[in-house]
Parts: sequence; C-alpha cells; structure tokens
Amino acid sequence: MPKMNLSHFEASILFALFASIVMGIVTKKTDSERLRYGLYLFACFVGTLIGLGWLMHFGHG
Amino acid sequence: MAAKEPTSKEASVPVGQWLPAVALAWIVPGGGHFLLKRRGRAALLLTPVVLMFLFGVFMRGSMFSPQFGDLFAIVFGKFFGAVPQNADLLSVLINCGGFVGNLASGFLYLMASMLGYNQPDMAGAVYDYGTKFLVSAGLLNVLAMVDAYEIAIGKKS
Repeated sequence: MPKMNLSHFEASILFALFASIVMGIVTKKTDSERLRYGLYLFACFVGTLIGLGWLMHFGHG
Repeated sequence: MAAKEPTSKEASVPVGQWLPAVALAWIVPGGGHFLLKRRGRAALLLTPVVLMFLFGVFMRGSMFSPQFGDLFAIVFGKFFGAVPQNADLLSVLINCGGFVGNLASGFLYLMASMLGYNQPDMAGAVYDYGTKFLVSAGLLNVLAMVDAYEIAIGKKS
C-alpha cells in the first residue's frame, strides 16, 4: 500500500475541497446555489488557511 | 401553538419511509440519495467521502477504538467516593467520538477493519492528518445521511 507524504498546505487544501463539496451539496436547495456556496466555502477555508499561516509565521518571529 | 405543528407532522412520517434511505446512506456514502433517485448528488457525495477516507488510509491515519476504562473509573470512583487521580474523561470522549466518526464511514470502515488495517497511533503531522481525514470522512457521511433523511420525509427536494 502506498504511503503519501503531503505537506500541511496540501493536506489542508484537500480537506477544504472535500468538505466544501459535501457541505455545498447538503446545505442548499438548487444546483447554482450549491455551486456558489461550495466555492464560497472553499474560498473561506483557503483564506483562513493562508491567514492563519501568516499569523503563525509572524507569531514565531 | 403554530410552532408545534411541524413536530407532529415529522413524527407522523412512517419509519419505513426514511429508514432504508438512511441505512443505505450509512453503509454506502451517497447510497441514500441513489435510492431516492438523486443520482448526480449521490455521485457527488460518494466521491469526496471515499477519497477522503482513502487519503486518510494512504497517510497511515489510525482508527479510534472505544475505551471506557477511565469512564468506569470515574463513575465507580464517584459512587464509592474516590475518583482516581488519572481519570481522564476527555480521553474517553475523544476515543468514543472518534470511533463513532470512523464507524459513520460505513462499508469503508468495515472493509478496512476486515482487511486488517490497524495502524498504531504514531507521532507526526502526516499520520495526524490521516487520522483526521478518516474521522472527517465519517462526519461528512453523517451530513449526507441527514440530507437523505430530509429528502425521504419530504422536507427537501
């Protein structure tokens, strides 16, 4: 069985992608709403990820 | 008075109307939607849940197993007036909650267990991400099960 070695960023992006797809599908009622909400969630995940990454970068000095 | 009406309406939905869809949604992610003839949504739910579980396995995440040792120690310790020093309710909650999350993946968890996947909990970011991916796959499937339930009872289209 292969073993994957993903970086923090890659693993977090994958998590954001999968979570956004499922939450977009189950939350909204029409297909266009689902697509827009999924993209919005993904953007929020990535934005938070980058923001917290920089915060930790500056926090560590 | 008006607030009570939806509750009685939901309670009147027969179990046979939603149980097959919810049970199938647990066993196969997206299966409930497939049974309810939402095939596109079924495929869109199946893919991320399965991929997330597989990524968790490939990152060598560990599965949780329920451990009640400390809980019994806490309960019986209170009963007899002596709670042990090392009694840790948080560990019980994490292990039991993680086990429920793993179990919610349905056939993915059952297959992995039957095929002997038994990764010990190891230190390291990748292993830790793997463990979280395995639990998250189950939790995403819980969302899919709730959605299948709402479609089955007619609350959602």
